Amino acid sequence: MNQAKQNSKSITNFLQNNAIIIIIFLIVAFVGIREPNFFSFGNFKNLSVNTAVRFIIAVGVSGALITKGTDLSAGRLVGLGSCIAAVMLQRSDFATKLFPGLPELNMYLVFLITIVICGLFGLVNGAVISFLKVPPFITTLGMQTLVYGICLVFTGAQPIGGLRQDYTSIASGSILGIPKLVIIALVVGLLMWFLFNMTRHGKYMYAIGGNENAAEVAGVNTSKAKIIIYTLAAMLYSLGGILLAAKAGGTSVNMGSGYELEAIAACTIGGVSTNGGVGKISGILIGVLVFELLKISLQFLGVETSYTYIVQGLVIIIAVALDLRKYLAKK
Amino acid sequence: MSDYLLEMNDISKSFPGVKALDHAQLKVRPGTVHALMGENGAGKSTLMKCLFGIYTKDEGEIIFDGKPTTILNPNDALNKGIAMVHQELQPIPERSVAENIYCGRFPLKYGFFIDHKKMNADAERLLKEVKMNFDPKVKLSTLSVSQMQAIEIAKAVSANARIIIMDEPTSSLTQNEVDNLFDIINSLKKRGISIIYISHKMDEILSISDDVTIMRDGQYIGTWSAKELTIDMIVTKMVGRELKNLYPPKSNVPGEVVLEVKDLTSIRDKSFKNVNFTLRKGEILGIGGLVGAQRSELFEAIFGIRHIKQGSIVYKGRQVRIKRPKDAIRQGIALLTEDRRETGIFGVLSIADNVSIASLHKYLNFGFVLNHKKIEQLVRDNVKKLSIKTPSSRTKIQSLSGGNQQKVIISRWLANDPDIFILDEPTRGIDVGAKYEIYSIIADLAKQGKSIIMISSELPELIGMSDRIMVMCDGRVSGIVEKEEATQENIMSLATKFV
Repeated sequence: MNQAKQNSKSITNFLQNNAIIIIIFLIVAFVGIREPNFFSFGNFKNLSVNTAVRFIIAVGVSGALITKGTDLSAGRLVGLGSCIAAVMLQRSDFATKLFPGLPELNMYLVFLITIVICGLFGLVNGAVISFLKVPPFITTLGMQTLVYGICLVFTGAQPIGGLRQDYTSIASGSILGIPKLVIIALVVGLLMWFLFNMTRHGKYMYAIGGNENAAEVAGVNTSKAKIIIYTLAAMLYSLGGILLAAKAGGTSVNMGSGYELEAIAACTIGGVSTNGGVGKISGILIGVLVFELLKISLQFLGVETSYTYIVQGLVIIIAVALDLRKYLAKK
Repeated sequence: MSDYLLEMNDISKSFPGVKALDHAQLKVRPGTVHALMGENGAGKSTLMKCLFGIYTKDEGEIIFDGKPTTILNPNDALNKGIAMVHQELQPIPERSVAENIYCGRFPLKYGFFIDHKKMNADAERLLKEVKMNFDPKVKLSTLSVSQMQAIEIAKAVSANARIIIMDEPTSSLTQNEVDNLFDIINSLKKRGISIIYISHKMDEILSISDDVTIMRDGQYIGTWSAKELTIDMIVTKMVGRELKNLYPPKSNVPGEVVLEVKDLTSIRDKSFKNVNFTLRKGEILGIGGLVGAQRSELFEAIFGIRHIKQGSIVYKGRQVRIKRPKDAIRQGIALLTEDRRETGIFGVLSIADNVSIASLHKYLNFGFVLNHKKIEQLVRDNVKKLSIKTPSSRTKIQSLSGGNQQKVIISRWLANDPDIFILDEPTRGIDVGAKYEIYSIIADLAKQGKSIIMISSELPELIGMSDRIMVMCDGRVSGIVEKEEATQENIMSLATKFV
């Protein structure tokens, strides 16, 4: 009897904690029944590839969110990353090559250069937040615009096409039937899981989110931890950008625009709390997947793109509202 | 007509996993001070939150002024005549006194504009009623804690409250301020207002209250007239067993000097200045003084949280520079801060994370991979050693009682094996039984040769535990008293030396 009561309570709890996920799955089920094509292999592959890239970006943002910060520069850094990589990986015979004098570089060296350059912007974010005490919201908002400006200047706002085949094959290729992008995302996910759960840095990150003052008193170098978090985040965004450009076969300054909001939404749906100190890699994966499912469902229903923005905006607000309710109720 | 202004009967309230209230009751007569007592976790605060509409009770009835009443939320409680002066005051510091009193129900002109003249005049009259004499137009941030508290009470009176709940109202007041508060309470009584008074300070309870209700483990134990009770009786009823000694026996032997502080002065003008003292191995050095004597500030500076202008710290014969807590920790100094919630616990994290956070460097494989098995072992050892009551090491610390949270933070520092423990108000907001356990831990550490600095505002505790007592006043050391000579009187006179 008591057990039954306990069970019914835990079911209510489960429903409450996962409300938005359940609602979106119901929408998916509805679409799936109406549109048999929805469950096709092609659609599934498309979904997994989209999820893979956005997951990498969301994992980057999650570190900022867990420490009660945020990172609004994510989307523009994705754009910058894609442009830097693409510029260096244009085919040498491509007619409108942006920098025709550029020699054929090793692809992996290009990736490394791109990631390091974007990482520097993250380093600046982290340093400004830690040492100048500028709130993360303002710091990264400023950085968002700054990065966009830099990207416009160095590309001359030209679209960058004609990418080398070895580069684009990363996005199109697969190993044992699994798209390479998905494998890359899984590796990133595993490494980040390790960082979050098996290292001091991870523990310090959760501690800063839980109570920054207490973390400082307990001897945690909060400045160092935050600088690492924002730098690493920027590196992940640039990796996301590199993969997006490969996938699209070209890029422009507008690549990745608005991705920070999608990433924040996905994190929140996946249980990363805006109150800080809480969030799991597995949750983020679910959050991204669910958000992508929602987008594809709306496409299948033939909802016009303009309207999907309205729905996405609502989902973000509802997800955060539901998240905060959890903590209000437990007070 | 009933004899009681308020009756709470058979109130029960459960949270996931705990029954916080189990058929509790409380009956308050009009125009009396009713003390509500019990250890932390006994359910006092929960009962009051049910009354004030912060929680919804599961069962039971509330009869207010002879009528069964349902209280929906704090605003509803205020409208019905029930007010609460919170343990942690929640004022708006950058607004005026009058605005703080009338926030949410400003007097209006033409039904739209705020009538500042009327608001200020009313506020001034109200303040006089609670024996407070200051300009209602000053910013709240310029006032002392006791003045802010008086304003909270004035606010309750202005809302025509008939019952005022006061949760630990004296926890940060000086003796004069306490006397002043008691004057206010007595004048409220004369107007027929009842006070529900929650405090851990026994002598206070016995001097101010008419009736005393005692709770234990969420249950009602009984109600007595304060005249019939003694401190021993209250303690026995609260813990359900007899506590023979308030303080454990001590067998520590102070040895050589380990810490010498010379001429330490804060970079802030109004903080500590020219502080000199020494601390010996295996010694318990008590730090006395009034709130505002800059005791916490001094030791936070020694720990590297605050900055110093001049002076030096000699630790084990070497001069050390401590710029941040990490440096102090590396030297072997631990600090249990005064405000557990603000600078101690990580509420949403587990006991295990809370214990291990400061010593993770000791539990690494290959220099960077955390050894969760060893950490788990550390946590289990500490839970056992300090008898921390928790369902598991995965439990979030915010669901533990204050005493257990304190023990978790002590464990955090024990894990680092420091030589000096700075304990800032280590038993604040902790119930009698747990206090004794904390004292035992302190005595035990001293016996092992650890040096203890214990800042405390409770004189009996200072005298009962310390080998020497350093008293501060107005940022300066006003005297150091040996254990044998320590009395409440001479400590108090040192604490007010420069005032």
